[in-house]
Amino acid sequence: MAADPTGVLTGQHYLDGNHAACEGALAAGCRFASGYPITPSTEIVERIAARLPRMGGMFIQMEDEIAASITLQGAVWGGKKALTVTSGPGFSLMMEHIGLAAMTECPCVFIDVQRGGPSTGLPTLPGQGDMMQARWGSHGDYEIIALCPESPQECFDTTIEAFNLAEQWRVPVMVMMDECVGHMTERVIIPSADKLSVLDRRWTTKKPGEYRPFDVGADLVPDMAKAGDGHRLFVTGLTHDERGYPVMNHKAQEKLVRRLVDKIRLNADKIAHYEEDQIDGAEVVVISYGITARVAQRGVQIARDKGVKVGTMRLIVVWPFPETRIRELAQKTRAFVVPELNYGQMSLEVERVAAGKVPTVLVPHGGGEVHDPEVIAEAIIKAARSVS
Amino acid sequence: MSDTATNPVNPYLRLERMPSIWCPGCGIGTSVNCFARALTQAKLDLKMTSIVSGIGCTGRVSGYMSLDSFHTTHGRAIPFATGLKLANPDLNVIVYSGEGDLMAIGGNHFIHAARRNMDLLVVCVNNFTYGMTGGQVSPTSPGGATYTTAPFGQFEEPFNLPHLADSCGAVYVSRWTTFHVRQLTKSMREAMTKKGFRFIEVISPCPTLYQRRNKLGDGLDAMKFYKESSVVKNGADTRDLNIGFQTPITVGNFVNRSRPSFIEAQNKRYTEVFGPSYKPYPEGPHGNGANA
Ligand SMILES: Cc1ncc(C[n+]2csc(CCOP(=O)(O)OP(=O)(O)O)c2C)c(N)n1
Ligand code: SF4
Repeated sequence: MAADPTGVLTGQHYLDGNHAACEGALAAGCRFASGYPITPSTEIVERIAARLPRMGGMFIQMEDEIAASITLQGAVWGGKKALTVTSGPGFSLMMEHIGLAAMTECPCVFIDVQRGGPSTGLPTLPGQGDMMQARWGSHGDYEIIALCPESPQECFDTTIEAFNLAEQWRVPVMVMMDECVGHMTERVIIPSADKLSVLDRRWTTKKPGEYRPFDVGADLVPDMAKAGDGHRLFVTGLTHDERGYPVMNHKAQEKLVRRLVDKIRLNADKIAHYEEDQIDGAEVVVISYGITARVAQRGVQIARDKGVKVGTMRLIVVWPFPETRIRELAQKTRAFVVPELNYGQMSLEVERVAAGKVPTVLVPHGGGEVHDPEVIAEAIIKAARSVS
Repeated sequence: MSDTATNPVNPYLRLERMPSIWCPGCGIGTSVNCFARALTQAKLDLKMTSIVSGIGCTGRVSGYMSLDSFHTTHGRAIPFATGLKLANPDLNVIVYSGEGDLMAIGGNHFIHAARRNMDLLVVCVNNFTYGMTGGQVSPTSPGGATYTTAPFGQFEEPFNLPHLADSCGAVYVSRWTTFHVRQLTKSMREAMTKKGFRFIEVISPCPTLYQRRNKLGDGLDAMKFYKESSVVKNGADTRDLNIGFQTPITVGNFVNRSRPSFIEAQNKRYTEVFGPSYKPYPEGPHGNGANA
């Protein structure tokens, strides 16, 4: 489906990542946003607060992030596409409601502009320390989808992708930006609405009485209805059956939670999105995401100049983790190098999937600035030497 | 349930989910009966009526009503309901939950929704305890009563809920006990057809935990107490509505006023700012929102 032209600022712009993400949301059809100000994500809610009222949309600044992260789910059940935006401490407060969205299969988008943590940490400076939190932050077992843009253009593009994935798979989708990407200004091209592909909600065509809100077909995802459609919906965070009614036993748990996990795990290859360069014949493959992928480019170039054959894989969808492809790469290359602005998060996933076939070298950094490309280059060269 | 074939509230309930989880003598079911009757009398379009609860014994109410039912997280029914109402202002959105849920963990949301005059009816069943988790102290627990987590007696000052709602800007405030079924039903009906942030406190027995632990007898004893110790004072000053341990309970309809709801205030403001081309929410759009 083409986008609704109301939300699409077609043309060439100079935008920072935060503003571009806001435009992506509007282009994707988001007409409801709830938020609570926090650096370095505030520009997104500021822009959407100014944009939505004249587009027939609604923005509300809530009293905290706990509220913002459930107000958006109320809006989804009321029929809107909805967004909330935050950074580290606010993301922590949203965790219970990420679990609620996973359990009730509420399609919605969370943007986390990552800053240095833990706690108040470095409010104005970058980090990538929330990657595991995005995946595991709420209690219980579930799956979500998360994306990592590396530029303002990609903030626009991946936010649209996030909304589409949320609608397709009925999960909360996280756009895991970082302070650098959020605040860097670059050219952003917004195509015309008819060139954008936007997914509508999977509205049920069944009539009241026939429709069971959590019945699924082959892709394991139920069709949706909204309040006021006459279905007498029952939506609960308790373990429930196909009608949505609570069922308190292990069989219902196995049936429901297994499906919530499987609908993403079994479709991970369809959801996967990454970019690769010079993989063929690479001795070392650098796997990175977000701002660090851009910094790593320089490190890769330095190592190539010194004669090392380096390939790159840049993760755009980080969760579900692209296991199939990384397993293949582990057969082709001799080492993985993973730079990230934390002390080892996605590198653990690379290591797990590589399963000892090839070594995984973490290039850690606590955040507050980006890596020195020389340090990444050194790690690449050292890894190449130790395996040759 | 008595006679399931003829009970007039049956069409409003998910009978297939009966019997409910509530204990014998619990007041929550009584309040639900009043609520279902009020729904009929107020002639609300049931298709367009949603009920939202948090977590607790009272939090289960949403799931027994044959409406669009949302059983959310502990304390967060109001912000969920806020999103639902703002997404589709044609919906009647009712929040039904316990005093622990709405006033302790959810207290911040309560005061802000009242301040904004969010167009919601909030029914709060106040049984002076956390029922679902086994009888712990709550924000309305009266001094001297004992609880599993206040084994030597509560000593904190309890909330006076009508006063809280009133001072935060609610446009409708009442309190009744589950003994006052007629008045409670009437108050619910009145509140259902009013706009803005409306608050009804329902004083209700929890025989299993609060009554038993404090040696107050069963549900029937609670009814006798409510009958004998309630003082009806419509229009009372909400500052005078504190409830002590087994002290007289002032009940009545206290506040009924009007001021612009959140959406009305927003539309008024935006019409002033954007001029006559502004289409009041939820009609929009009247532009693409550019030149932000
Ligand atoms: C975040 C969170 N904290 C704690 C709980 C446990 N819990 C469930 S219900 C409840 C209290 C309910 O008390 P109240 O709102 O007074 O309702 P009642 O059961 O008395 O009707 C608590 C603390 C929870 N479900 N979620
Ligand atoms: S524990 Fe108390 S509040 Fe809960 S159902 Fe039983 S009597 Fe009612």
